[in-house]
Amino acid sequence: MTLEYLQNYWWLLISVLGGILVFLLFVQGGQSMLFGLSSRSRRELVVNSMGRKWELTFTTLVTFGGAFFASFPLFYSTSFGGAYWLWTLILFSFIVQAVSYEYRNKAGNIYGTGTYDAFLFINGCVGCILLGVAVSMFFFGAEFTVKRGNLLDAGNPVISQWASTHGFEAIFNWKNLILGVAVLFLARMQACLYMMNNISGDDQFFNILKNRALINGGIFVVFFLWFLAMLCTATGYTATTNPDLTVSVAETPYKYFFNFVNLWWAGATLLAGVVLVLFGLGKSCFSRHFTKGIWFTGIGTFFAVVSLFWVAGYGDTPFYPSLLDPESSLTIRNASSSEFTLTAMSYVSIVIPFVLAYIAYVWHSMDKTKLTSREMETTSHKY
Amino acid sequence: MTVVDWSRWQFALTAIYHWLFVPLTLGLSVIVAVMESLYLKTKSEKWLAATKFWMTLFGINFAIGVATGIILEFEFGTNWSNYSWFVGDIFGAPLAIEGLVAFFMEATFVAVMFFGWGKVSPRFHLASTWLTSLGASISALWILVANAWMQYPVGMEFDPAQMRNVMDNFWALFSGVAVNKFFHAVFSGWTLSGVFVIGVSSWFLLKRRNEPFAIRSIKVGGWVGLIGMLLTMWTGDGSAVEVTKCQPMKLAAMEGLYKGHEAQSIVAMGIVNPDKTWDNDEDEYLFDISIPYGLSILAKHDPNAFVPGIADIVNGFSINENGDTVNTVGYAERIRLGKLSHEALRRYDIARAQHDEKAMAEAENDLRQYYPYFGYGYFDSVEEAIPPVGVTFYSFRVMVVLGSYFLLYLIVALFAVYRKDWLQRNKWMQLIAIASVPFMWICSEAGWMVAEVGRQPWTVQDLLPTKAAISEISSASVITTFWLFAAIFTILLVAEVSIMLRQIDKRSKHNLEIDNAH
Repeated sequence: MTLEYLQNYWWLLISVLGGILVFLLFVQGGQSMLFGLSSRSRRELVVNSMGRKWELTFTTLVTFGGAFFASFPLFYSTSFGGAYWLWTLILFSFIVQAVSYEYRNKAGNIYGTGTYDAFLFINGCVGCILLGVAVSMFFFGAEFTVKRGNLLDAGNPVISQWASTHGFEAIFNWKNLILGVAVLFLARMQACLYMMNNISGDDQFFNILKNRALINGGIFVVFFLWFLAMLCTATGYTATTNPDLTVSVAETPYKYFFNFVNLWWAGATLLAGVVLVLFGLGKSCFSRHFTKGIWFTGIGTFFAVVSLFWVAGYGDTPFYPSLLDPESSLTIRNASSSEFTLTAMSYVSIVIPFVLAYIAYVWHSMDKTKLTSREMETTSHKY
Repeated sequence: MTVVDWSRWQFALTAIYHWLFVPLTLGLSVIVAVMESLYLKTKSEKWLAATKFWMTLFGINFAIGVATGIILEFEFGTNWSNYSWFVGDIFGAPLAIEGLVAFFMEATFVAVMFFGWGKVSPRFHLASTWLTSLGASISALWILVANAWMQYPVGMEFDPAQMRNVMDNFWALFSGVAVNKFFHAVFSGWTLSGVFVIGVSSWFLLKRRNEPFAIRSIKVGGWVGLIGMLLTMWTGDGSAVEVTKCQPMKLAAMEGLYKGHEAQSIVAMGIVNPDKTWDNDEDEYLFDISIPYGLSILAKHDPNAFVPGIADIVNGFSINENGDTVNTVGYAERIRLGKLSHEALRRYDIARAQHDEKAMAEAENDLRQYYPYFGYGYFDSVEEAIPPVGVTFYSFRVMVVLGSYFLLYLIVALFAVYRKDWLQRNKWMQLIAIASVPFMWICSEAGWMVAEVGRQPWTVQDLLPTKAAISEISSASVITTFWLFAAIFTILLVAEVSIMLRQIDKRSKHNLEIDNAH
């Protein structure tokens, strides 16, 4: 395996993890709807439905970060150290989420169920929007420079320098927020579809979820198309990574549009993803009782996200463009780990299908009996 | 304080909080799995009740452990971005494997553990409980391999073109340092959990509630704790030998030893002299009670062995990786050579930009020669390369003294629990067991203080000091996030302890009913 092959392979794995993560954000979507439920028993149902999957989303986020660290450490170094506040706020929202399910209904939790539900709500909204902002920077860039020689500057030996606002400039960039809002409403739509599949015995709630899926799905489609239009008309960079790992960059109008065309499999995957999402949403909302919509929209979401990662990183495209110094942009060539590490990690990646298999098996075993209000009354462990 | 200091404080804060919960997760998961195995074997509802009781406490602790853990991984990027590039090629791999192999196993099967009763078969449920426990230990393996690598960096070479280290031997990560560190940390978790279970159960005895349940729990917790304690001591001994070979300066700081000798004694109790420096003639201790030959035995398993002190090491006497005493390079010289390595790298970089291959080769040759001292090039004085002695010295003694106490405690607890009504009748034993619980956490945290403070000023031993591992962020940002994390973790800790106490009280009554029914 050549280094180039390994870099492509690891970008593929990063995109797969990203796709799975965005799919699993339905947990956050459900949390963002907690305060819109008038019935306490339904809120309990939503919390317990989402609560049995929150760890998977959380773990995928952590693994996504770890995989990025292992395969593209220059990104880890540049983005996390630079966009300090963006990542800190994302993490903070996940910290408060992690305890909230377990503590919200426990006697002695001091701050009351409402506080923990507020934590879940914050994570649901902030987590989705800011993760969307973070991914949007893969296309619309960030204000940083990278100079490896700084390592020898004893006074300030830091190779990555960032705008002094350290991530706030990215959070308040409206282009990034478009994707952030799209991710939030995608997650909310997915949450509705997941609960239509996971909860049974309450037809009225089923119909409420159906309506909400339609509304949230509609908003998602508007924002996603807006983002897609911006993306396809944006001027991006075409980067040539030189043998000495310096990058030569040329501005390219409609870069991402042409990436979708030239990398036809990425374009086709995006198209398949969009069709599946629309089909899953439409079928769920306009059929009388269709509960499998989450699988269509989920797979569609996965396809759409991986295709976005592909056009961000493949086709000589810098996946982390620098707005201050285009030559500092990160590509999958100059930001990657060494051939040895990528090879070693590729052997490790063989476990991924097995991990996915046992997750699928456990998911199936646990979800074959649907969640009901009755189970909430009788179960020995509930959130 | 500088941004380096605040970043260190933030990492220390988050790590200390995280380690409040991790050892209990590691050990309690084993205890719960043992109890569930006994339930499946005996079909006794008593064991089911015990399993569910401790599983509830496990869940409360597990959630906050997860919450405090996520920040640690990402802090390597947010606060230590230079580090992330300089050694990310090696350090990132264990973190990724941890997520892929361990976290998913935990996340998947913990859901079955809590929600799978009646939904999956009893055997599948038991397997899930063991797999959750295994996942926690595998997680510990990879993060401790990563930590050990920072203390004993092996299996890599420096790539001057990219100005970073790259891995060239994956299996070298599993050094003696890593293996000992992993088992030492995991088994200390078993000990801590055993002490916790005995303490909580003793509270039941004190309240005269649910006594059969408490006795059963003490038996399981006591055995897991004692096995954990013995193995912790064994691997602790191994760790001391590894530290002697790989981080002799840390060992000297642990002992507050400036001038070493053959047949070196160890200070059992003492007060270090705060005015003592490596180059003055002050006494090392204001007061000390020493055990003859102790440090030589601990460090090299040889009562007559020479153990170097801080001044010896600064002056060039040290111990090599084979454990032999050698005359190596003094610290002043290391600083000079480190600066030469920086200069060579600078020349290499200029030559590379000019495509001057001859100059590149010459510079690289110099760099390879001086690279073992690369990190010293960031220092201007010898003092910068010496760890804080006081904190390391006292932490080590707190760990050892409390560890010894808990060995005795566990033996006595197990002895007592198998004597009829002994524990029930002796209230003073119950009170000691309850009062001992917080000390086990102090013992556990002290161990990490030794490991992490004792290795200062390095993030990567000899190669990258903390002050060069930093991100380019303002102190104000880090101060803000420090207090943010301090506040939220404290708020959550208070809630966790409160919930634990309420659950113990509430659930003990429930279990009592089951015991009476059977």
